[in-house]
Formats: sequence, C-alpha cells, structure tokens
Amino acid sequence: MTDVRARNNVSITGPADGPIVMLAHGFGCDQNMWRHVTAALAGRFRVVLFDHVGSGRSDPSAWDPERYSTLAGYADDVLQICRDLDLHEIVFVGHSVSSMIGVLAANQEPDRFAALILVTPSPRYVDDAEYRGGFTAADITELLESLDSNYLGWSAAMAPVIMGNPERPELGDELTNSFCRTDPSMARVFAQATFLSDNRVDLDAVTQPTLILQCSNDAIAPPEVGAFVHDHIAASTLVTLDATGHCPQLSAPKATLNAIERFLAAYR
Amino acid sequence: MLEDSADDLYEHAPCGNLSTLPDGTIAKINATLLEWLGYDRDELVGRRRFSDLLTVGGKLYHETHFAPLLHMQGHVGGVAFDLRAKDGARLPVLVTSAVKTGTDGEPLLIRTTLFDARDRRAYEQELLRARQAAEHERDRLRRLVTELQRSLLPVELATPVGMRTAAYYRMASPDEVGGDFYDLFPLGDDRWGFFLGDVSGKGIEAAAVTALARYTLRAAAVYNPEPAVVLSNLNTVLYQEYLTGGTRYCTVLFGILEAGSDDGRTVTMVGGGHPYPLLLRADGHAGYEPTAGGLIVGVIPVAEFAAMTMTLAPGDTLFLYTDGLTDARVDSSGGRYGPESLLQHARTLAPASASEVVAATSRLLDTFGDGLDDDVAILALTVENASHQ
Repeated sequence: MTDVRARNNVSITGPADGPIVMLAHGFGCDQNMWRHVTAALAGRFRVVLFDHVGSGRSDPSAWDPERYSTLAGYADDVLQICRDLDLHEIVFVGHSVSSMIGVLAANQEPDRFAALILVTPSPRYVDDAEYRGGFTAADITELLESLDSNYLGWSAAMAPVIMGNPERPELGDELTNSFCRTDPSMARVFAQATFLSDNRVDLDAVTQPTLILQCSNDAIAPPEVGAFVHDHIAASTLVTLDATGHCPQLSAPKATLNAIERFLAAYR
Repeated sequence: MLEDSADDLYEHAPCGNLSTLPDGTIAKINATLLEWLGYDRDELVGRRRFSDLLTVGGKLYHETHFAPLLHMQGHVGGVAFDLRAKDGARLPVLVTSAVKTGTDGEPLLIRTTLFDARDRRAYEQELLRARQAAEHERDRLRRLVTELQRSLLPVELATPVGMRTAAYYRMASPDEVGGDFYDLFPLGDDRWGFFLGDVSGKGIEAAAVTALARYTLRAAAVYNPEPAVVLSNLNTVLYQEYLTGGTRYCTVLFGILEAGSDDGRTVTMVGGGHPYPLLLRADGHAGYEPTAGGLIVGVIPVAEFAAMTMTLAPGDTLFLYTDGLTDARVDSSGGRYGPESLLQHARTLAPASASEVVAATSRLLDTFGDGLDDDVAILALTVENASHQ
C-alpha cells in the first residue's frame, strides 16, 4: 500500500473543521512557494500542501519517469491524496502547470472540487497556428539544456541525506536552494511534461466556479493566455495583478491574497 | 598605487555588477557588464529588466527557479545563464544575487554579480558529453546482457498433454548475465525431460558454461535419458572444462516425467548439489522432496548419482528453484529468506497450479527489492486434475 502522505510530503495546517484549500506548486520549486498564502489562510481554512513526486521532499523512490511524463500522472496523484485524506468540497489552488493538473483532476472527479483558483495558468506554452502560447519548440529545448547545467546544489550523493535524516537535523529544513533543488533527470521529465503539454480542450469541461489570476508582466503566461483560459472556462473570473514575473504568491503576496480571499468570500 | 576608489572598483571590476529593483528593472550597471553586452547605459537603466538580458530558456529558468529562490531565501549563488548581447551573441556567465532589504524588512534592491564562464562552460559541456556517452554505453551493455540472457533460456516453455507448466527468470542485475538455466523437452513415447540448474559465477564465462550445460543435458538425454547417466555425462563434460582452464561447475536437478497410475505422473529425478524441490500437493500439504545425495556437478573426475522416484498425482505441483531465492537478504542485518520461509510460502499456496505458484513467487521476489543478490530461476510442473483432461 502506498503511503500517499509520505510519497507527496503532504502537510496539513489550520482548523480541522475548516473548509479545505489545497495548494499545488508548479514546475521549479516546491510547497514552500505558498508560505505567505498559507500563513494568511491557516487561521480559517484547512490548508493542504504537498510536493509533486520528483520535487521538494517527495519520496524519490516513488519516481517513475513514465508516470510523470504526462500531466495525467500528476493529476492522478492529486486525486489519490484527496481520497487518502478523504477531502471534499475542495478549493484547489494551482500555480502555473498545477492549474492544468487541477483542471484534469477536477474533470475526473468533479464532485470533489468546489472551486478552482488558477494562478498564472497556461494550457499550452508552445505557439500553434492561431494560438499564442509564447514560446517556440526551440525555446523549450533551451530550457531543458539550462536544467542540465544547473543543479542548485543537488547531488546524487547527498540526495538520500537531503530527504530527511533524523540523526542529522541540521541537514533539515533550511538547506540552501533546497526549495528549488531537484534531481536534474526528474526536472527534465517534469519540464517536458509541462512545457510540451496541450490541455486546451480540457478547459471547456470545467464546471466549477474558477478564479484566474494573471500577472501584468509574465513572460511565461502572457495576457493572451490568461484571456484564452477565461474564454474557455464558463464560470470563470479573470483578475490581473499588478505584478511582474510568474510567481505572484511570492513577488506580490498581498495582492494575491486579496484576490484569493475576495473570491473565497464571494462564491461560498 | 592604491588609488582604487570605491566607484572605480565597482565600475571596472573584473566581473559584471548590476543592481535591480525587486521587479527586475535595472537600476545600476557597471562598465564591465555594459562592455560585455555592447549596450549604452541609458539603453538599459530604468528601461529593461535583468531577465531581458537572458536567452528565452534562461528567462524560463529565471522565472521558475532563480526568482522564487531569491524571494524565499534572499540569495542565490553560482547559477549558469547565457546572456544575450546587443548583437545577439551569447555570453555564458555565472550569476550570484543577493537581496538588500530596507529597515522595514521589505526588499529594496537585488544586487547581482556576473562572472565570465566561457571556459568553465566549455569544460562543463565536455563533461556532460562524456557522461552522456557513458550512459549510452551502459544502456547498450544492458541491452546486450538482456539478449544474451534470453538466448540461454527456452523461448517458450512446452506443455505436455495433461499438464500445466510455468517458468520465470529474474535477473539480479541488468549489467551482468547470470548462470541459471532450465528447460522442459519431449523425449518421445509421452516422456518428457526437465532440468533446472545454476552455474557458478556470473558474466560471459558463466554464460558460456550455461549454454554448454544446457545443450549437454539435452543431447545426453536424447542418447540415454536415465537421469543418473545424464548427470554423469554432464559432470564429465564440465570437468573437462576445468582441465582446460575454466573453473566452472554447476548445481542441477534433472528429471524424467512419464505416465503414472491414476492419471498421475511418475517423476524420476537426480540432484547434483542443488536445493531440494518443493512438492505442493492437491490436498494442501507441501514439503521438500529430498533428492538422493549427489555432488555439485563438474568438480571431480568421475561422479556417480542416484535417482529417486516420486509420484505427481492430479492437482500436485512440483516446484524447482535456484538458491538466489533462498539466499535473498530480507533485513538490514543480512538475514536471508531461507528454506523455512520458502516452505511456509509453499504451504500457504498449496494447492496451486504452476502459473499460480510462479506468479506468487514472482511477487515474493518483488518484495526483496535490493536484497536479491543472485539471479533466480523457477520452474513449476502441475498435473492437471481429471476434470480438466
């Protein structure tokens, strides 16, 4: 039997009877990305955090390059976490590619999810005929090469130590770069799964009330993409944050929280 | 001599210096970096962001790794990027950034230093190439090993009329050929020969002896299928190998199946230093079937073997295995799985058909994980119940 909580380094905080908010990190880093959001919501909401397999402090032995080469594998993990924790009426907050992972999960078990919050989503990153995703295939190849050149301190020798060593607590939480460190071969698979994905058709099936948060200046999810997502999810609201970059939960935490809290208050 | 002003040190440092606002807008940039990039100061300050100076792939990496890390821990060091010069040329650099916060703890500025990494990058690319070549070779070796291993086993296990058969081979390592072998073959007159064995050692030499053992047993059985004689012949052949410089021997079980009374089968079997097979009976009992003595094959010039006879009744299964199974390590202190546990495993299964036994044992092997040191071969022979015939 898979220990889902250990596999995905699940952490839960907030009142036991609070409404469920599940926060899913995107490509590159781990659940620590949500620190400002978690701190603000944990007073009233039951906040569920996890790391995708291959990221953060997820169980490295659970890595399966086949399973995690498509977003469906990640979506299935999300549903397993939901079943294992017996979560219902979930507000799913997905950053970047996890927006689409959330969409896939919600389309599979719509009754489990009450609402979706998609932070800087993109259903497809590579330009296509009339669709502007923002990148060419050559750009993605360049990213993959960049991943090969930067380990951010990851080391095959260190990895088992990094994954939690109770005899050496000083090697625990605050290892430099640990939040965005990963085995380069796993990062490559996740990057390919993310940047070569095309989930435009999955948007039309979403029935839950959805908040789309985009940044005014985001090279990875440009405004056309946010508009596309808004057009294709029926019950969606689009909010543009005055923020630069792709991670407003870190670069503009107050504005991000504001938008999330307003949405949570309104739809409930 | 020491006329370095702080200003001069900053402007003409041997590295690039850059300060940006928290949103990445360039606030200050030194002459060295401007020279590398081929821009004028007023083209960049207040007008472009740091990420605008990167390649597209670099921008993606910056947004997904570099910027978040900077937000979360306040500094990031030694990250490799390629800068895009004004004329489009690419400059490999190593980038280190630190956030300067104000008295209120809010980020004010990001200070960045860039080092020219051209030589280092060339070296890294060599290393990367070498690593990729090594991985390619390793994959090739594994494919070769798998093919070779496959060629030493029967493509498909035969099924005598009125019987069910199943076999399975588990390699302990994808990099080395093991020495286990088995076969089941017709001898005419509704008689069948079978064997399962284990050549000492691994690798190419063991593989050669495995092939030799397998074909010698087949050939000897055609000539004279009496089990004791077959093993004696194999012993002679392997001992010859020893004399000519090889140091190989094997353990093996060899047997003949023929029609028995009441729809059962009579098994005449000889063991050559091999673990006793298990018998899973139709009534749910299970136990080891001792073979009469018998040395490891190939170590002495002339070896004698004595055959034993047993009956397989309808619903009974004979289960042969190699010692990789019982030798598997099951705990961190090196404890082995052992014959007692295997007997329990058989007792839990009995009664079971050949495919059930093989499937259950394969699942058992999965639980050993890294504890499997040696290859494992298993062969199961069931006499069908009368209702199936």
